[in-house]
Amino acid sequence: MVRLITHNLLACHVKGCTTNNFPLVFQDVQVELQVAEFNPDFIRNMLSRLEWTALVNAAKQVGDTSLPPEQPDMMDDELLQKLHHVLMEIHVTDGAMVCQNCNHIYPISNGIPNMLLAEHEIG
Amino acid sequence: MIPTPDLSHLTRHDLEQVYDPAEDTFLLLDALEQEAEALRKERPLICLEVGSGSGCVSAFLGKIFGQSSSLYLCTDINKHATRCTLATGKQNKILLDPITCSLAGPLSSRLCHAVDVLLFNPPYVPTDTDEASSAQSSADIAGSWAGGIDGMEITNRLLQDVECLLSPRGRFYLVALKQNDVPSIQSRMLEDFGLTSQVVIERRAGREFLLIIRFARTAHSGSGSTS
Repeated sequence: MVRLITHNLLACHVKGCTTNNFPLVFQDVQVELQVAEFNPDFIRNMLSRLEWTALVNAAKQVGDTSLPPEQPDMMDDELLQKLHHVLMEIHVTDGAMVCQNCNHIYPISNGIPNMLLAEHEIG
Repeated sequence: MIPTPDLSHLTRHDLEQVYDPAEDTFLLLDALEQEAEALRKERPLICLEVGSGSGCVSAFLGKIFGQSSSLYLCTDINKHATRCTLATGKQNKILLDPITCSLAGPLSSRLCHAVDVLLFNPPYVPTDTDEASSAQSSADIAGSWAGGIDGMEITNRLLQDVECLLSPRGRFYLVALKQNDVPSIQSRMLEDFGLTSQVVIERRAGREFLLIIRFARTAHSGSGSTS
């Protein structure tokens, strides 16, 4: 399943595509919601490894506008709950992720992104 | 004792296309179980298994750390394998996040110094170079074992990225065969990347002499970080 936590860690890896290759843009997505156990410590600690703006935009692309555009300094429980939902419970099952720089399309089907490259695209 | 993940959902058809867990897999599980206490103390956030195959090892890791305390990223070049990985996660109530790609591929730039537990049970069987590279490009079950010269051609590609992937206190577990020349792997990783290593468990299984090597930063470069 492409959850937004995973999406936030994926960049285009086509040979030579090194600028503006993150974040990938969701296209024609189908989304499924699955309840997950809330672990506030995990969410809080994970934030340092994530890119806030990319997350907010990805959430919008899958129809969730609950996050503030700027990362707040203080993380209260309500915000952590929202983040938990956005990061862990929204699953993109089908569709694609597209690189804004080179337009490479990475298809997602049955919850799995196919990010294999052709021989000539491998760096 | 941590139970071996339930793989009863995998069909014969699945196991014709995906590596069926064997002695090498179980040795890696035993190594992780042996290290479980120390690993838990590090409170790992991001786990990445390269070449997850059936998903057995990552599901086991999920049982060690718990579903909600880590992210379990899994890659495999074989699309049947990523499908099985996802299913094995479900079967064992651990959500695994599989990505079909080669090695760490699209994750490597964003996961720079961010992986707390990195696992690789590589294709380690010595073959000729052509056999290994055609197995990789056809992305089928042969890719799970055909390792090229000294069984190291695919492993060597990942070894180049390990230092970059590991978080300050991250650990990397690699399955190797005695013929892979383990002392040479260890000295190269120390010289080229400053990663120290230790064989944590070894076992003879039929014709194969298998080892699990653990790599980490030296105490000096890993300390000083409070995050």
